[in-house]
Amino acid sequence: MADIISEYEDKLPSKIIDDIRSSIPKGISDAKLKKIMEAAYEEYKNARVVPGESVGLIAAESIGEPGTQMTLNTFHFAGVAEMNVTLGLPRIIEILDGRKELDNPMMEIYLKKPYATGKRIEELKHLALQIKETKLRDISTEFAINIADFTIEIKLDKDKMKEIDITNSKVIDPISKQLKGYNIKDNRDSLILKARSKDDVFNDAYKTKEKLKDITIKGIKGISQVLPVKRDDEFVIITAGTNLADVLQLEEVDAYRTATNNIFEIEQVLGIEAARQAIINEIFKVIESQGLNVDVRHIMLVADTMCVSGTLKGITRYGVVSEKSSVLARASFETPIKHIINAALVGEVDNLDSVVENVMINQPVPVGTGLPSLAVKAPQKAKEK
Amino acid sequence: MDVNLLHHNQRPVVNTIMHDISGYDKHPAGQNIVVAIMSYKGYNMEDAIILNKGSIERGFGRSTYYRPSIAEELRYAGGLIDQVCIPDKDVKGYKTEKDYRFLEDDGIIYPEAKVREGDVVIGKTSPPRFLSSMEEYSLVSSTRRESSVNLKHGEEGIIDFVLITENEEGNKLIQVRIRDERVPEIGDKFTSRHGQKGIVGMIVPQADMPFSAAGIVPDLIFSPHGIPSRMTISHLIEMIAGKVGALAGRYINATTFDAEPEERLRKELLSLGFRESGVETLYNGQTGEQYEAKIFIGSMYYLKLKHMVANKIHSRARGPIQLLTRQPTEGRAKEGGLRLGEMEKDTFVAHGASLLLKERFDSDKTVVPVCESCGIIAIRDNYKNKSYCPVCGENVDINDIEISYAFKLMLDEFKSLGIYPKLQLESKY
Repeated sequence: MADIISEYEDKLPSKIIDDIRSSIPKGISDAKLKKIMEAAYEEYKNARVVPGESVGLIAAESIGEPGTQMTLNTFHFAGVAEMNVTLGLPRIIEILDGRKELDNPMMEIYLKKPYATGKRIEELKHLALQIKETKLRDISTEFAINIADFTIEIKLDKDKMKEIDITNSKVIDPISKQLKGYNIKDNRDSLILKARSKDDVFNDAYKTKEKLKDITIKGIKGISQVLPVKRDDEFVIITAGTNLADVLQLEEVDAYRTATNNIFEIEQVLGIEAARQAIINEIFKVIESQGLNVDVRHIMLVADTMCVSGTLKGITRYGVVSEKSSVLARASFETPIKHIINAALVGEVDNLDSVVENVMINQPVPVGTGLPSLAVKAPQKAKEK
Repeated sequence: MDVNLLHHNQRPVVNTIMHDISGYDKHPAGQNIVVAIMSYKGYNMEDAIILNKGSIERGFGRSTYYRPSIAEELRYAGGLIDQVCIPDKDVKGYKTEKDYRFLEDDGIIYPEAKVREGDVVIGKTSPPRFLSSMEEYSLVSSTRRESSVNLKHGEEGIIDFVLITENEEGNKLIQVRIRDERVPEIGDKFTSRHGQKGIVGMIVPQADMPFSAAGIVPDLIFSPHGIPSRMTISHLIEMIAGKVGALAGRYINATTFDAEPEERLRKELLSLGFRESGVETLYNGQTGEQYEAKIFIGSMYYLKLKHMVANKIHSRARGPIQLLTRQPTEGRAKEGGLRLGEMEKDTFVAHGASLLLKERFDSDKTVVPVCESCGIIAIRDNYKNKSYCPVCGENVDINDIEISYAFKLMLDEFKSLGIYPKLQLESKY
């Protein structure tokens, strides 16, 4: 029995073969099994997409039409207060444009076992506060510039510092790393920065003050807000702001499931295949949340198109469209004159392979009925003689 | 410029204080009619309405459409001037004699002439345009152009008024007003005062309309599907209020926040001998059977809107084309075609119907000769019956290909940019 099934291993996808293997009743006769395998193979052949089917266009229509049904409002994120998430059509545009900077970057940090179940909840809260990025301005009350002494005095807020569990030394280290040219003195409730060289550095005192305010003291850069939530019996940390590379390195974090909504970052940290899957997941999530129904294959095709070159390319005139080999197709999308002139300067040849060009010159389009061409058998002339 | 006047307009039975303030009742825009809310044979779906033929014959919704046609005697450089007259037979562009039959001696049509599309209402000739250089021995007067004002496709009517005057520059100005009686037909748009607009889906003979025991037959049948998602409760309340007003013989005050209370109106309806809920038992006009469900019927104010199908209906098989692109013209007035846009092209591609797409887009197809060696469009001399390439001369292969004129135009535009668009030809087979 096993050999009959394995005969079809290169004809049918492995998942189907596994399904058949697990659901076939034991002791079935070989003849019946052969019939079943043949029937399965026939079904599979009929289910495949016919060559010449314009899948890209159908995928575009299938995603675009429900897009017109989507509301452009933001829904209220049920249960979690104050989280701003881009939903609906603007989110899909964000993903498909391949944007590097999102309107509402967000991460979902899953935690390893002991933390996730809530047994060590204090540590969880602690962790959350640790991840949250604190800048110098958050823990200081006042910045005073003393021109006479060439010093800047930073008054520290002791309560806030205790909340985040840092001491003065922990504040001094990052400041000294990020701000050169100053001697830092610890003055218990405040820090005094004294300029090393007298003249130039101090002229920019105000600029320095602003720069000081933005220095990261603790936490992971980019994470502006942290929110521990309980989801299906486990604790998850939702953050506003993303920094996948640094978060994954924390030992409490479950690196297998943590995700961000910035596709570009996923491509940078986890690779292009992960980015492709992230695109599919994100778009599918948006469409499903609006109550619409789009087959995942259309989304898969779009994700494939965006990732096929090896890096993430958005569906814009700088992204996927610029890869198209046909001059006329690129010109018909946006900015025609630029493409035409650049093409003429290098002597580009347009092979008229695709849909748009052939419509422009009124020739049959190479899809569907236009895909096959006719081969004519030339009549034998030799016989005449 | 176009004006529509309703023939038998009435003051609304259900009105508000704003009617007195704004003087609406001196120029009312609609009529009070009996409306029933029910589905009838499926002809009032998707906001369509069904009208009673008898009501239309008795004048419901009848309006007159007035449109002016204007002609001015313009002055041109060199002392030349247009002339309003019956054009001579030898002017350029002379139509047939039949087209000018209504014009009087001064070239203007007379009032009460019954005109149709193509008939000339103001005869006018213009001096020739100086696009080509003047030949030395030609006489100017013999080559005037025809520029009369005639009725467009689909228009008809009776000449209502002729105005002969001067404009500010002292040139003769003529305005001819045409009137056309518009009886409601399928496609004309009507509305109640609650945003429930719809076009006429069917006109039913009065005998086939549902009737009540007292013999009341609705003038208009409105579909119930238009109410739930739109939540226009005021529409339903106006029907009850109108019914009370019509039966009791008084105007109902429906001023916002200060209207007669609905409960009171319903009690009054009861005292007038009708159900409080406003429904009545109706009987099928065709079979005489009683409808199992009681139908909500009342009186409402309905307005006729100016979107009448006679102004919109448009068709074209083949017709005028644009000069620049050789594609069909745009717009109903120019007898244009309907655009098969980019998204419509996508539907053909999605079906894989590639040759059908090709056929749909070849409204402007032309055959051009192309030189094999240099790849640019060559010249075909039909008199000498040979083709030659302006660059390579006569001893090269020149093949004819069929392309859309718009593509040839694009190649010309490339050439004007200094780009050499070389066509590389390949055999089809």
